[in-house]
Amino acid sequence: MIPSRFDYVAPSTLDDAVTLLREHGGEAKVLSGGQSLIPMLKLRLATPTVLVDINRIPGLDYVEERDGALHIGALAREAELERSAVVRARYPLLFDTARVIADPIVRNSATICGNVAHGDPGNDHPATMIALDASFVIRGANGTRTVAARDFFVGLFTTLLEPDEIVTEIVIPSPPARSGGAYMKLERKVGDFATAAVAAQLTLDSTGACQRAGIALTNVGATPIRAASAEAFLAGKPLDATTIGEAATMAASAAEPVADRRGSEEYKRDLVRVLAARALQKAARRARGETGTGEA
Amino acid sequence: MSTHSITVTVNGQAHSAEVESRLLLVHFIRDTLRLTGTHIGCDTSHCGACTVLLDDHPVKSCTMFAVQADGRAIRTVEGLEQGGALHPVQAGFKEEHGLQCGYCTPGMMMTATALLEHSTNPTEAEIRQAISGNLCRCTGYVNIVKAIQHAAGAMQAASVAAPAKNVAAETATTA
Repeated sequence: MIPSRFDYVAPSTLDDAVTLLREHGGEAKVLSGGQSLIPMLKLRLATPTVLVDINRIPGLDYVEERDGALHIGALAREAELERSAVVRARYPLLFDTARVIADPIVRNSATICGNVAHGDPGNDHPATMIALDASFVIRGANGTRTVAARDFFVGLFTTLLEPDEIVTEIVIPSPPARSGGAYMKLERKVGDFATAAVAAQLTLDSTGACQRAGIALTNVGATPIRAASAEAFLAGKPLDATTIGEAATMAASAAEPVADRRGSEEYKRDLVRVLAARALQKAARRARGETGTGEA
Repeated sequence: MSTHSITVTVNGQAHSAEVESRLLLVHFIRDTLRLTGTHIGCDTSHCGACTVLLDDHPVKSCTMFAVQADGRAIRTVEGLEQGGALHPVQAGFKEEHGLQCGYCTPGMMMTATALLEHSTNPTEAEIRQAISGNLCRCTGYVNIVKAIQHAAGAMQAASVAAPAKNVAAETATTA
């Protein structure tokens, strides 16, 4: 499959990149990892006249914890999350998620920022970023702005990103002590989009009760869905099987699945319930320090 | 529409060419350089038959443009054999019958090569994880895993013969 013809430019600074995007308006697309964009170009689902390749811009491939947050640059690859000791130790939800995105070869190219900027409800990082209360740093011709992950996704393949803007960084607040997270995804085979998936992030208080819960759902709606009622329900409660079961049922009722080749609406909704319970149980075990990410 | 002058090092040799923006890396390798060992399978980044190493990391060359490889180093299956001697990964696939139709084999071997360059003694689970982006419709993967284990053993034996670099890894082998 051969894409339509396009012009290709590879600027060496972010300023040049956003200037190029502004010049070409909606006709240009940003090329970062290319693992979603290039298949769409080959299928001619996307036919931009210009590709602005940001891969030649230095200094954007970092994954580093500083100033109380994890910072992920625009060109950090999914594989970097798998290799990062700090991600593995302190951000198990993020580690889990990276491990089930596409396949290991695709993850050498695919970027985390691209995964969220693309706005595909089948992508896995959006729910994870909502559960982790992340925010996105966005650069445009008029400067930089920051948008919370929970506000960023507005519809199918639609985000708050303007055509002349680039997601330059993801910022995830460092979890306090007694925190843990987990991502549970059912996929038909390696590399498939989720039939459904659930991201859960918990912080416990000194008694072991839930202090804060972040729960979000993948691929059961036009956008990632924050299970806000389940989050609120868990606050202050002990994380026993009954409580987790009730929260999981609330998370399932927040889902808005549609029937497709991966399953019926009823099946997917019940799958969310099962995956939410498992994700919450695993997150709680990790928050208590009972288990790490080793069993991935 | 734009064309670009690129220079790509492939299997240690620099190649310069004028390419159209939309030329895929796999077509550059196969059609421009006539290195047809790299296969096109699904053409949708699922199957991994087109896997090559880009600066030592496996990538699917059907999902990258040639112009993106300008100034970078590519290795293909043709670069494995050195001086008429099979690479340990190639020898492993031969000894353990790691292929039937052979279509996935070049990509499978490039992924295996990268794995063994970064991990001298991978577990079976690590091998299966590493090749999970390379589909084989013939073998059921059992002999492919054996082939990669065979190669790991041969590469370890060679590194023992040479000055030992990683004593911990050697100890782990016998544990």
